[in-house]
Amino acid sequence: MSTLRLLTVGTLLHVKQISRSPFEIAIALVVPVVQATLAVYLFRSSGEQHRLLEAAVGAGVMGVWSSVLFGSGGAIQGQRWQGTLEMIMLAPRRPVLVVLPITIATGLTGTYALLATLVWGRLLYGIRLDFAHPAAFVVAAVVCVVALGMFGLLLAATFVLMRNANALANTLEYPVWLVSGMLVPITVLPAWTTPIAAVLPTTWGARALREATSGGPVWPSLGICLGISLLCLVLGGFALTHVERRARAAATLALA
Amino acid sequence: MGSAYAIEAEELRRTYRARTGWLKPRRTEVEAVRGVTFTVGRGELFGLLGPNGAGKTTTIKMLNTLLIPTSGRARVCGHDVERETREVRRRIGYVFGGDRGLYDRLSALDNLRYFAELYAVPAREQKGRIAELLDLVGLAGRERERVEGYSRGMRQRLHIARGLLHSPDVLFLDEPSIGVDPVAARELRRTVADLASTGTTVLLTTHYMAEADELCDRIAVIADGCIQALGTPAELRRRAEGRRVVEVEAYGVPESAVDALRGLPGVRETAVEARGALQLLTVHSDAHVDVQSDVLRELAGIRLGRVDSREPTLEDAYVAIVSAAA
Repeated sequence: MSTLRLLTVGTLLHVKQISRSPFEIAIALVVPVVQATLAVYLFRSSGEQHRLLEAAVGAGVMGVWSSVLFGSGGAIQGQRWQGTLEMIMLAPRRPVLVVLPITIATGLTGTYALLATLVWGRLLYGIRLDFAHPAAFVVAAVVCVVALGMFGLLLAATFVLMRNANALANTLEYPVWLVSGMLVPITVLPAWTTPIAAVLPTTWGARALREATSGGPVWPSLGICLGISLLCLVLGGFALTHVERRARAAATLALA
Repeated sequence: MGSAYAIEAEELRRTYRARTGWLKPRRTEVEAVRGVTFTVGRGELFGLLGPNGAGKTTTIKMLNTLLIPTSGRARVCGHDVERETREVRRRIGYVFGGDRGLYDRLSALDNLRYFAELYAVPAREQKGRIAELLDLVGLAGRERERVEGYSRGMRQRLHIARGLLHSPDVLFLDEPSIGVDPVAARELRRTVADLASTGTTVLLTTHYMAEADELCDRIAVIADGCIQALGTPAELRRRAEGRRVVEVEAYGVPESAVDALRGLPGVRETAVEARGALQLLTVHSDAHVDVQSDVLRELAGIRLGRVDSREPTLEDAYVAIVSAAA
């Protein structure tokens, strides 16, 4: 009960802390418009007008991914800068319970990017929000956000160890967009990317959302997404315990 | 309770290793703490005093589990800081000075609620405990304001409230009064003294002599990563016995004049402290040698303010110990 309360209170307070950042607010206002535009023009130029909604959903998932990636890296780095990383890691709790609320919070704030991309797509480009499975879309969106939060936990383990976590986050953003087929179908990518795509929860999350949008078997994709994410949670939990010890040995919890 | 001591440090050492550059990596090593040994009794208020870079914070971070010692052992309430991390963490509170360490965009109440959860304070006790601590640190009524609007003194008091949420047996205070105005610093000292009087063991690091003198049962002076002296404030003060101190306020003292003062017969140490345009020269000499007239002769032609000759204080003893270590 105490663990559940810690996760809930922690997630809510981190959402509050992240959503009050002027930088985050500015990004949240601008990025969805850019992404909606990108998606619409990309698909219009290829003559696939009928897939505009699918494009907007893909662009929205890109927003969730960016939020989780920069949120996990940025939040850990931000906490290092503001001196709170040491304070939370000092708590007598398993590191996974301390970091998971942060990454789930970044997933939740990323939901805004998904919604905003759809809204801008509707307002600016007149994309009709006709989902093939509206209820499945909502479930898929929730699972996708939670799943990406768990994936973020695995990433966060690396960020706790690295003083320059942002450098890693910057290099991961575009490759994962591409490989997961958020915008461009995986089928047009080189064959060697297929195994990488298969193990990324982002691939299956994006696929589930696409299937809920344009029709298709949502649940298998969503199940695989959730399974991989739970594996990330377990691996992240172990990695964090190991990494926390290494960070104490290498003195990387603080800035100096 | 187990051990008779709240804190035991035995030959603690910590080396920081860093690597810079990719193509031609350069490795550097800094030995921040070099074999520190001391014990702190239960309920004792123990001071760790030393100049910047002496190893105070590194020592505290090894004791509170944030850093793993390179070698040596430490126990807090009988638990090993390296192997029994969670047991140690349950029993300690950590407060450091300065602006950092709080969620600025959240209110004080949110900060305290979050840390109460992290420290597993039972839900039914949280409300009462937080209200009690807000009262203790004088933030009651301001708890719903965002921390980013708080003064440094208020942040410091919030830090203390957070450190006490789980009623720790041992409280580590790392330069808590840094940058705090004199009135707030006095209130802070009163809070720390009250805590110690209720049985909490406190390990305090500070630059401020008056603070250490007023609060601490015992003080360890640390310099260059080693403990140079350890005792009660009265015992440390006696280190400066047999000395006399001449203090001169001056303006624009050249380095050559300070060197000349060092060479005067009977002079043991000299120190120069810049206070805006003014420089405060402190000259320690043997008590039986009157160096005041010699000092003034060497400073002839330099604009002087107040000149004072006095008995040594704890600060002078500290300067003597640290200078001897340099």
